[in-house]
Amino acid sequence: MSGKYKKVAYYPGCALEGTGHAYNRSTKALGKALGLEIAELDNWNCCGAMEVKNIDPKLQTYLSARNLSIAEDMGFDTVMAPCNGCYHNLKKAEYDLKNDEASREVNARLSSKAGHATYEAGKVETIHALDWIKRAIGEDGLKARVKNSLKGLKVANYYGCMYTRPRHIFPEKDAGPGSESTSKPHFMDDLLAAAGAENVEYPLKTACCGGAHTLSDSDTSTKLVLNLLTTAEACGADVIATECPTCHTGLEMHQVRAEKVLGRRTSVKILYFTQLLGMALGLSPRKVGVHENMSDSSDLIRAKRLG
Amino acid sequence: MADLRTPSFDEIAARIDALAAAPADALQSRAEECADELLALGETILETWLIARGDMPTAGTVEGFRLLALHRQGARGEPSFNACRETCREIVYYRNLVRLDPADPDTPRRLQLGAMVARHLLLFISGKLEVAGLGEFCCSARPLHQNEAPAQRAESM
Repeated sequence: MSGKYKKVAYYPGCALEGTGHAYNRSTKALGKALGLEIAELDNWNCCGAMEVKNIDPKLQTYLSARNLSIAEDMGFDTVMAPCNGCYHNLKKAEYDLKNDEASREVNARLSSKAGHATYEAGKVETIHALDWIKRAIGEDGLKARVKNSLKGLKVANYYGCMYTRPRHIFPEKDAGPGSESTSKPHFMDDLLAAAGAENVEYPLKTACCGGAHTLSDSDTSTKLVLNLLTTAEACGADVIATECPTCHTGLEMHQVRAEKVLGRRTSVKILYFTQLLGMALGLSPRKVGVHENMSDSSDLIRAKRLG
Repeated sequence: MADLRTPSFDEIAARIDALAAAPADALQSRAEECADELLALGETILETWLIARGDMPTAGTVEGFRLLALHRQGARGEPSFNACRETCREIVYYRNLVRLDPADPDTPRRLQLGAMVARHLLLFISGKLEVAGLGEFCCSARPLHQNEAPAQRAESM
């Protein structure tokens, strides 16, 4: 395992301060329980998210680059972003600054105008929370620390879309043994298996949840999510493990909406992978923010003696 | 006389639902036929999208499968279409598993999962037929205002 990842810069992004607060809480609690350290970026800003990116991609590149510049100023060469959207956008900024002169020019001009150093590609590595645990602790390290095995818990791992797409912004993936796969991602499966969980075969692990259309075109999102939930149940899953606050919130909201609007009830639970790993390490459900989720997993947690 | 018209999405959905809910022995006894039907339904779904977009669906194949060629054709100039790339590949995967060993006791389950994956493709494409921007706002990172030069706007800041 690499000591390089024992202490990393932390970019929570806006979702983890709002609807995804349970992910924020559980990521921090998990890191602490594993002896890892994080330092939140000072005065971080929006990554450009979906809204800015779709109107002006170069402005999004600048916004994400400013966060990378802050990490560099703080003395870090690695920034960890648990949110798929933030992770994707920082990666996209890195790719754009490496490959597109116009993006470099806009970034330099706006950085100068804002009065901070211009970030240059290659100075800071962006990693996901999955990479962080996998590289800093690894499966064996995790296994050695498990106090409350997830044995008997059947998990469908749902990665969503932005963790692997578009492929060209993730040059470290599909890079041979040990690397993550963009077509069949497995890092979450690996970590949860190390904690004792039984991963079920889940063919929709990167399928669209209609996330960005969750409010503007709710019916489409509800139908997509319902299929994700019913497929997880057909695969035998007790719980869907998530690693993206947008996916997580969408699954929770549309699980309720599917019952209200379509009369289709599903009972599969939805928990962040950090919550599951945290409980496997002996942290209480409250400590990993289960009470902050919108859906109620308490019966499963009791039944599996996780809390 | 055979019905040669392209089935509607409602008809495809009904067929997928029937496959997903079929008893195990019925699926086992018609395993290869059901596997090929899933693949064909996937092709019809993508053909519908391509025709709606004004394209002539390809008769070619990618890695031996027309479904994958249709996906590649659909994704041309439409990066959000990659949101269903793995969905198409999973349909091919389940079809291959069943065709490889139709007598495997896991065949009914594989066909049911294949049907649920096909349903996701149908939902995604029908969503895109209603709201063309589905998938563009998130993973494809495509600017919404294609005709405006972002660099020019940034210059004005």
